[in-house]
Amino acid sequence: MSVDKDTVRRIAKLARIALPEERVEPMVRELNGIFDWVQQLNEVDVAGVAPMTSVVEQRLKMRDDVVTDGGNAEAVVANAPLTEDRFFLVPKVVE
Amino acid sequence: MSAAPESPKERSKLINGQTGPWEIVIGLEVHAQVLSKAKLFSGASTAFGAEPNSQVSFVDAGMPGMLPVINRYCVEQAVRTGLGLKAQINLTSVFDRKNYFYPDLPSGYQISQYKNPVVGEGEVFIDLPDGETVRVGIERLHLEQDAGKSLHDQHPDYSYVDLNRSGVALMEIVTKPDMRSSEEAAAFLRKLRAIVRYLGTCDGNMDEGSMRADVNVSVRKPGAPLGTRCEVKNVNSMRFVAQAVEFEARRQVDILESGGSIKQETRLYDNRAGETRSMRSKEEAHDYRYFPDPDLLPLVLEDAWVKEIAKSLPELPDEKKARFMKAGLSAYDAAVLVSERETADYFEAMVRDGADAKQAANWLNNEYFGRLNKAGLTVSTGPVSATANSAIVQVVAANVISGKIAKDLLDIVWTEGGDPRAIVESRGLRQVTDTGAIEKAVDEIIAANPDKVAEVKAKPKLAGWFVGQVMKVTGGKANPQVVNAILKERLGITEEG
Amino acid sequence: MTLPSTPTDFTLAEARDAVRAKKISSTELTKAFVAAVESARSLNAFVTETPERAMAMAKASDARLVKGEAGALEGLPIAIKDLFCTKGVRTTAGSNILGNFVPPYESTVTQNLWNDGAVLLGKTNMDEFAMGSSNETSYFKPVLNPWRARNSNEGLVPGGSSGGSAASVAANLCLGATGTDTGGSIRQPAAVTGTVGLKPTYGRCSRWGIVAFASSLDQAGPMARTVRDAAILLKSMASVDPKDSTSVDVPVPDYEAMLAGGVKGLRVGIPKEYRIDGAPPEIDALWSKGGEWLKAQGAELVDVSLPHTKYALPAYYIVAPAEASSNLARYDGVRFGHRAAGIHDVLELYEKSRAEGFGAEVRRRILIGTYVLSAGYYDAYYSRAQKVRALILRDFTEAFKKCDVLLTPATPGPAFAIGAKTSDPVSMYLNDVFTVTVNLAGLPGLAVPAGLTRDGLPLGLQVIGKAFDEATVLRVGQSIETAANFAAKPATWWRAA
Repeated sequence: MSVDKDTVRRIAKLARIALPEERVEPMVRELNGIFDWVQQLNEVDVAGVAPMTSVVEQRLKMRDDVVTDGGNAEAVVANAPLTEDRFFLVPKVVE
Repeated sequence: MSAAPESPKERSKLINGQTGPWEIVIGLEVHAQVLSKAKLFSGASTAFGAEPNSQVSFVDAGMPGMLPVINRYCVEQAVRTGLGLKAQINLTSVFDRKNYFYPDLPSGYQISQYKNPVVGEGEVFIDLPDGETVRVGIERLHLEQDAGKSLHDQHPDYSYVDLNRSGVALMEIVTKPDMRSSEEAAAFLRKLRAIVRYLGTCDGNMDEGSMRADVNVSVRKPGAPLGTRCEVKNVNSMRFVAQAVEFEARRQVDILESGGSIKQETRLYDNRAGETRSMRSKEEAHDYRYFPDPDLLPLVLEDAWVKEIAKSLPELPDEKKARFMKAGLSAYDAAVLVSERETADYFEAMVRDGADAKQAANWLNNEYFGRLNKAGLTVSTGPVSATANSAIVQVVAANVISGKIAKDLLDIVWTEGGDPRAIVESRGLRQVTDTGAIEKAVDEIIAANPDKVAEVKAKPKLAGWFVGQVMKVTGGKANPQVVNAILKERLGITEEG
Repeated sequence: MTLPSTPTDFTLAEARDAVRAKKISSTELTKAFVAAVESARSLNAFVTETPERAMAMAKASDARLVKGEAGALEGLPIAIKDLFCTKGVRTTAGSNILGNFVPPYESTVTQNLWNDGAVLLGKTNMDEFAMGSSNETSYFKPVLNPWRARNSNEGLVPGGSSGGSAASVAANLCLGATGTDTGGSIRQPAAVTGTVGLKPTYGRCSRWGIVAFASSLDQAGPMARTVRDAAILLKSMASVDPKDSTSVDVPVPDYEAMLAGGVKGLRVGIPKEYRIDGAPPEIDALWSKGGEWLKAQGAELVDVSLPHTKYALPAYYIVAPAEASSNLARYDGVRFGHRAAGIHDVLELYEKSRAEGFGAEVRRRILIGTYVLSAGYYDAYYSRAQKVRALILRDFTEAFKKCDVLLTPATPGPAFAIGAKTSDPVSMYLNDVFTVTVNLAGLPGLAVPAGLTRDGLPLGLQVIGKAFDEATVLRVGQSIETAANFAAKPATWWRAA
């Protein structure tokens, strides 16, 4: 399987990374170089093997339903590029 | 799905187009906010209406290096809801990341459950006004995080983002496409709301957004395969659900009948315009790239824990209704009483205090609920306690006061409060059963109205006038049966009384 | 024991003992390291130096030492990889997109270190978001390896991604440092800088507060001059953290105390698949020598097979970018970090901020990850890679039935020249061929310096252990260290006059 220019444009859009048109073709080559190399995974017989999700073998930790956090809006917005009245600001969204 | 509708009942749900009848097929995706103090994966508060970004942990803000740890109580609430929906509880479920970009989605992904939800198939029965019961299948229930809130009307150029809701636990409850009319959809939502409120897993408050519905609507010719559906978002009241379904079904029928085809899309319900419209922001084809969240492990529940939760489940509306009917209530009365847990509890408190079940139900449905409605109150906020209403029903049943006086008594308790029994005594509301006193009143009225006596003798049905006069004279306190018996005797009426 | 005349030449253990014995104050020791850091700026090992904080922490340590309240690392200056969030100290992850991020929180690992009395010298340079094997992807320019080939002035890479930490340990700019290892990012730079690097078992050190690269693989660990120093640091770094759902509930032992005992009777597995075509003969020779050293100390060598080894790297290059593409979605210019100028809508905000904020390698990996998770490709890539991962773990489980630890080369070669591999991503990725299997299986792996190439560049061996058996891994590492008697230090060509 290899990617073409349209695929690269589509995944760049999905990943929200601007990709100038002149970078599309080189990116196609770079990605295909990598995908060609990972193709060797197709040699492996994975029949009946469950995909691994975590190496950790224990029960999921759980918290009690207690409020222990929040009340710190100042710190939450401290690193934001643009705020007003402790709201984050983004260019207007049209729904 | 079901075959072509044949019964008149089913036929009545069809909507008519120029090319004949169409069937509406409806499925719902309901987001119900889990009643919990803290969020699903952080220790920030879930309380409604706080200052912007004040109930946000660094986890909820998607800060670098922050990690989720699940709230046990939220899991318990989801299990409890699943049990209330008579659903399969999956002892192993998985949290996935649903990846998309949106300003109120801080991490760029929502933690949700995709392939392996915590709750599987279940069912809900809804009662329609005509007495029909419809089964609506539940497809699944899963836990997920809520997003933050974007405010678009604060500034001409900017949207304002508040993350207080970000990370609040939601249960997404998905139905099978089993509903066939806007009434059924609304009835389902009402029933679901009642169930989660009985369970205490969601407050069902649609105004504050703690229960929201996305409605999937398609239309088809009766008996035809399912049509292409549109998902209508932002439907935030029972009334809007009905309106949105009606509008959307009509829109689709019009398109199909004019030779067009339905485009599968997400539409927004605009309650001011009463219409649905295509959502510009959702136009782009979605590719959510779900994968198991590597920050979490599979959620494995112990069977014993689930059984413990099952044991702690309260009696739910369907069981309660059956029990009320066994106690002699009509299906309608029972359904009204169980529609809200508070109402059922109120009714049961009246019965516990000594009122007869049927009489208590009649009293509530005929007298008290009407007054509450008019005043915009509920049983919890209304001024008359269950004990007081029970006392009123009991003094009527014991013939201490008449039904008419009971209404006056309710008025007094409503405005002034107090113990109904004491009021009956202190204000002399006891009905007069002293035959001598009633005979005297009857005789005086007969003596004063010879013309009326003549009329009644010719037309016995007019005896009611005399009853009214007696009541007037006795201040409504005369026992109506006694009055009737004496009148019959004095006026010589034989049978019609 | 005679102490070196220059405090910066102390090992961490020597410094600890000297400070406790009041032979030197933390202030004196810290002053010396602050000066060393300043004089070595040509190495570009630090992104942010924190001399004032270091001196203040040293002063506080001295006060505690006087009161007899010394922690395990009291007064000892260390360096922190700039992937660990440090409260009030800029944390960049080597990226422009986090260029001015000042975390309002402290990572669990660094908090553990400060709780034990350690002193922060500064934040070390690294490959952007830990994606790289040479430190050349850092937004803050590459780090130079303190080592140069004999008779050469050519700049060499220090390995990556924890290249700044490795270089500062190798150049005696700190007593030890933290690193993180997702595919080899502690062990590979340790090996090519002649230092000791330990990647603990996944779940041993909390990931809370460490900027995430690939959540199911990332693990923090110590980088140090000696195996003993690594053992001391690990004990402080490791903990059971309720804030990290993948932190494992296993008590942290006293690794230093467990170093004693040697390797007599231990079964050391030699996996045949780690003999690869094209590797320099020096690598194989050193590997054999390592086996001989252990055998001479009483260990038994066992031939084992890890048949899926060659598939580890390609599987890694699907799993890690997939998780990274999701983990890095939060860098969107809304809540922190770089935001592009002159933007008109949200889409542009995202696309420009991310294109400007991420470097080429990070962009490339995000695109790979997005693609392998996207609809239609998930099964072919991501799901298959996770199955291969399960097989790799199974290989190790089988091998560990026959042996207690595994011995392998740490890298396929010594440090290479800056720019030598930047044009071919796959050749760069191959640097991690011996280390990445350990991450996929979640096991502990230790790189320990074992010799020099003909050109005088350091090479390391790797010891791989069973899950949570760091103690044995360290013991074997110390046996190699003792046998190799690796005393070489790079010439101090970088030191400012």
